[in-house]
Amino acid sequence: MAGKQTVVDSVLAQNQTDEPKFKSTHVENAELVEIDEGLLLASNENKLDLKEFRQKPEEILKNLARDATQVLFNSLWQLPVEKVEGHFLIKLPEIKTWLPREKPVPKKKAVTKWQEYAKVKGILNTKKSRMVWDEASKEYKPRWGYKRANDDTKDWLIEVPVNADPMEDQFAKKKTAKKERVAKNELQRLRNIARSQKSKVPGVGLTPTEQPSKEHLEKALAIAHKSTASIGKFTDRLPKEKPSKYTGKKRKFEPSIGNLKSEKEKQLKILDIHSKKIPKIDVTKAANRALRQEEEERSKAAEKKSRKTPKKQRGKKASLGLGKSGGKIRKGGGNKKTRGKRRM
Amino acid sequence: MFSKKNTTRPFEDQSSVEFFTSKADSSLFMFGSHSKKRPHNLVIGRLFDNQVLDMAEFGIEKFASMQEFKARLYTASGIKPCLIFSGEFFEENDENKRIKNLLIDFFRGATVEKISLSGLEHVINISAVNGKIYIRSYRVLMKKSGSKTPRVELEAMGPFLDLSLRRTRLASDDLFKRALKKAALAKAKKKKNISHDALGNKLGRIHMTTQNFGKLQARKLKGLKRKAPVDKAEKKQTKEGNKRKKVTDADSEM
Repeated sequence: MAGKQTVVDSVLAQNQTDEPKFKSTHVENAELVEIDEGLLLASNENKLDLKEFRQKPEEILKNLARDATQVLFNSLWQLPVEKVEGHFLIKLPEIKTWLPREKPVPKKKAVTKWQEYAKVKGILNTKKSRMVWDEASKEYKPRWGYKRANDDTKDWLIEVPVNADPMEDQFAKKKTAKKERVAKNELQRLRNIARSQKSKVPGVGLTPTEQPSKEHLEKALAIAHKSTASIGKFTDRLPKEKPSKYTGKKRKFEPSIGNLKSEKEKQLKILDIHSKKIPKIDVTKAANRALRQEEEERSKAAEKKSRKTPKKQRGKKASLGLGKSGGKIRKGGGNKKTRGKRRM
Repeated sequence: MFSKKNTTRPFEDQSSVEFFTSKADSSLFMFGSHSKKRPHNLVIGRLFDNQVLDMAEFGIEKFASMQEFKARLYTASGIKPCLIFSGEFFEENDENKRIKNLLIDFFRGATVEKISLSGLEHVINISAVNGKIYIRSYRVLMKKSGSKTPRVELEAMGPFLDLSLRRTRLASDDLFKRALKKAALAKAKKKKNISHDALGNKLGRIHMTTQNFGKLQARKLKGLKRKAPVDKAEKKQTKEGNKRKKVTDADSEM
């Protein structure tokens, strides 16, 4: 189509040269103008005649611009036209020139904790069909949601499990279990968002467990103590109750005015230490280091004695008893420290 | 908006430019200043990721505002201009190519998918001759040419600027390459049961329940009617015979 159009245009243009009623759209050296229709851009790398340019610069610039614009328009008019509300619209092609972007390429969505775990374990998603056969109604129904197949929430009768308390409401139990699952899921969703934003991940607090441990109970008690409007300030304590491990310690500052004597003592003590410059000795650390050194020396000596097989033969062959001399073979086990101890 | 007289020198310290552009959320900036050392100074630059990517400093040697042109042929503001670059200067080396790229980015206007042909009325001509850059802006006048494509004539609209290139601060190739990176386009979701043929027609496949041909309503014809029991049928036939006679009589009278 476009090819035909150009032929028609050129024929028409030729006609005009015969009778110059209109000026033509033909431009000389049109091939030299590079065009990027998407940007409405035409660039012409031709060298200018400097001498001519000095004489009448404005005219030359205008003529250059006119010719380039004409070439651009000639190619724009070849693009497919669409008429919308009396206006002729052309669809611009993709931009050929490479232009930098304003913002960096958006980052990939952060993986959730489960996705991370699944990747490590190599767990792949298996696609499940949306519709499932429902035995009761003998037809296909959605796997979940409204009017789902094998819907256990619609049960009008639930069998009481053997070990369960007979007075327990099984319907209520099911309902609360569902609520807890939903809450847990929501919590995990929020934690994933916090993780992806690298902000502090909130603690889970206490999740209900089947058989709470002693520690769990202590934690629960500490939280319950604090869960009042006044953050546990007026909560009654039991007689002889120990302070909880799970409540944080409060910072306490020395009074800014008052006991001058104790303050003086403290300052003097600091000065004293600094003036003596005696490094603090960690007795246990030093003792441990000495012991280890001794041990190492002893083990080295023992090894030297036992090494009768040539160095090359040590290893697998020696351990299999293929060596010429059935020397002492070190029986591995434990780490370096324990090995030494056993030998003693 | 920013009424305080802050000392802003884009080439010495980019931080203030970066701050202002981040406040306005714009990636392009133009900064004009005048000093003894650098009279009539104009800095054009662009940013990537809120940091200055490219910057070029020009000295304005000659300026003609829009008011100075007699033919007050103003275009609507915000119109997408046609850009014309001429002169071998812009292809000489990588630095000049980058300056051309910067100027394209600065003047190109909004990115549009479609454009009205009658809306092409503004041309910005940027040409480099003899070490100077001439920015000229013209109004397009479309004349009859006898063919579909119009004959283009230009009328000076202004502003006109004669610029000389001063300092440049262009991004390293590494950073520029990063800025050119294109996001993997979100894959268009495949639409089921829709296809297009060579003629551009859209074809769809529809799934329906099986049709019950027993209830199919065909054209009603007397001959296809179920036969009634015999005794009633005789009566009917006589009636129908009478009717036909009447009709024939009426026809003959006419």
